[in-house]
Amino acid sequence: MLTAMLAIGILAACFGLLLGFSAIRFKVEGDPIADQVDAILPQTQCGQCTYAGCRPYAEAIAAGEAEINQCPPGGEATIQALADLLGVEPKPLNAEHGEHKEKRVAVIDEQICIGCTLCIQACPVDAILGAAKQMHTVIESECTGCDLCVPPCPVDCIDMVEVAQAIDSWKWPYPELAESSERA
Amino acid sequence: MVSILEQPLAIPGGLRLASNKSQSLRTPVRQARLPERLIVPLSQHIGVPAEALVKPGDKVLKGQLIGRSTDYISAPVHAPTSGTITDVGDYPVPHPSGLNASCVVIIADGEDRAADTGLKIDQVLEADPADIRQQVRAAGIVGLGGAGFPSAVKLNPGPDRQVELLVINGAECEPFISCDEALMCCCTQEVVNGIRIMQHSLGAQQVVIGVEDNMPRAIDCLGKSLEACGANNIRIVPVPSLYPAGGEKQLIYALTGKEVPSQGLPADLGIVCHNVGTAAAISRALIDGEPLISRVVTVTGAGVAEPCNLEVRIGTPIADLIEDCGGYTQDIAHLLMGGPMMGISLASDNLPVIKTTNCLLAASQADIPPPKAASACIRCGECVEVCPAQLLPQQLYWHAHARDFDKVQDYNLFDCIECGCCAQVCPSHIPLVQYYRFAKTEIWDQERERQSSDIARQRHEFRLDRLEREKKALEERRAKAKKALNKPKAGDVDDKKAEIAAALERVKAKKAQQDANAKNIDGLSAEQQAKISEIDKRRAAQNTTTGE
Repeated sequence: MLTAMLAIGILAACFGLLLGFSAIRFKVEGDPIADQVDAILPQTQCGQCTYAGCRPYAEAIAAGEAEINQCPPGGEATIQALADLLGVEPKPLNAEHGEHKEKRVAVIDEQICIGCTLCIQACPVDAILGAAKQMHTVIESECTGCDLCVPPCPVDCIDMVEVAQAIDSWKWPYPELAESSERA
Repeated sequence: MVSILEQPLAIPGGLRLASNKSQSLRTPVRQARLPERLIVPLSQHIGVPAEALVKPGDKVLKGQLIGRSTDYISAPVHAPTSGTITDVGDYPVPHPSGLNASCVVIIADGEDRAADTGLKIDQVLEADPADIRQQVRAAGIVGLGGAGFPSAVKLNPGPDRQVELLVINGAECEPFISCDEALMCCCTQEVVNGIRIMQHSLGAQQVVIGVEDNMPRAIDCLGKSLEACGANNIRIVPVPSLYPAGGEKQLIYALTGKEVPSQGLPADLGIVCHNVGTAAAISRALIDGEPLISRVVTVTGAGVAEPCNLEVRIGTPIADLIEDCGGYTQDIAHLLMGGPMMGISLASDNLPVIKTTNCLLAASQADIPPPKAASACIRCGECVEVCPAQLLPQQLYWHAHARDFDKVQDYNLFDCIECGCCAQVCPSHIPLVQYYRFAKTEIWDQERERQSSDIARQRHEFRLDRLEREKKALEERRAKAKKALNKPKAGDVDDKKAEIAAALERVKAKKAQQDANAKNIDGLSAEQQAKISEIDKRRAAQNTTTGE
């Protein structure tokens, strides 16, 4: 009886030490699930999900505080990828947060711009170049199309324009559309 | 070690198709008429588009550089004839999207005066391979078999790779296309010279020319020419004519029995493969000094009056070329660039001939029957039998159809050469290749998007960092200012007085030190000393009088 208790006790102590040691030695820094979620999100940093950027939204999803269907720029593809990652059922995009649009970029009408720097402060990716009382301009390749610079502009000189189709980023269409038009 | 098989193998899969080459081979290759207006796209190759060096109003000579390459994987563009530039802007180009791209428009002056290009290399077969590559690059030469990959890149296998075998692709397997066969017959010497230059440049021990066995005349011409110049280390091997035996990986398999690894390059096996047209272009550039400004194009099909092969300047509008071949017949139904299997459909003939235009097929309804309505896949497996890349086309279709892009890559989508054999035999008439093309471009797009979102994430994180830093700096400044304000008020005046007194004390001490250290009053004579004391006295007297 005593031997058995002793044996169990020693074993328990050994495993306890082992577990304790590995908890310290192999500790994972950061939140791996939030990182994986963040990698899927489009990084528009638009805040339409009600969080202050993609990373906070990713952390909220990882913590189970947010739904996966709050990201309009990502659209169905992002929802599907999140559902696959987290092992949940995909849901349609929540219309409260906006609707999925084709990628657009901000363009500043340089004739109207008064150089107030409000848009520069609003841009989440520092894609607007300019200084006080100097004309501002958008670095098109860095613009994520988040719309955040549009409301602060006091003279309404920022337009969101759709990116023109370029020959090197052109995509073949899904064939079923071609098929149905042939049938018709 | 790669060795050439005695008896070439049959490629896996493939189809026996009616060759339809004879109609365009009735007459030898002739020069096409020089058009009045040429439209030269700045991107006619795989890689970064060239950058225009000319502006409207400039006069150019034939062979003059008009667009320079901007990257390693890029190719320059030259003026196909002498004339005046009228525009540099977006024009429709032959591309499946039907979109416009940047082009240079030249109005020909009809004189066709050539510029001195400086491309010639004397004693080219003894030249430094690096010089040869440099000139091939400068001549704007790209793979003329259809892909348009810059040839200079393929001539540079890298320092740690040894090229054992140079394969020359003359196995033009697609129906209707006969430009390579015509070239091998009419410009045999140029082809052979180009091959020898490439062999020297690559340091390849063995060279083999793969030609389809239904081109006896080309084999005969090449054989005679090789014999004449004593190049007996270059072999000609007739390969069984089976579509797509002219695919790079397929031809290498047929000739050597070796398979190029999935997503790998022939260079992984010590093999480099070039087209016969590319060989001729290299010879023209390095021996005759003419950059790539023309090529042989097959104009054929029941929709054109006089099918033939022509030597065409790059930038010639397709409409002019059709006109040159007697115009359209009433049977014209489709216009394609390339052959019936892999060609792209053109919406209009107001497009230029580019470096990769091997064939213009003015097809009748009989040449290319209209696509039939697709029905469900019945899993018959016909497509698996004919796939030359030994893929599972029905699985690829299934996952591409479901937009499952991870799965479709698990089935090696990117090893598909889009030859169209599977779609040809499909009893359900499913446009299989269109699904693969859709999936490929969609995957590339996702990759681009992932890269741009990574950049956006970095920039956003950097901005958050910067804001944090600025906030901290501001707080520090505020704290300092606050501390200065909060100093005790009582005894303020005394403090200041004490400070002033201390400053005066410091000044006094300094002065005393200076006086003590004054060098100009040391060791004076008695006379000088007397004078000083006299002056001092006078000063004192003066001070007392003014003081009163």
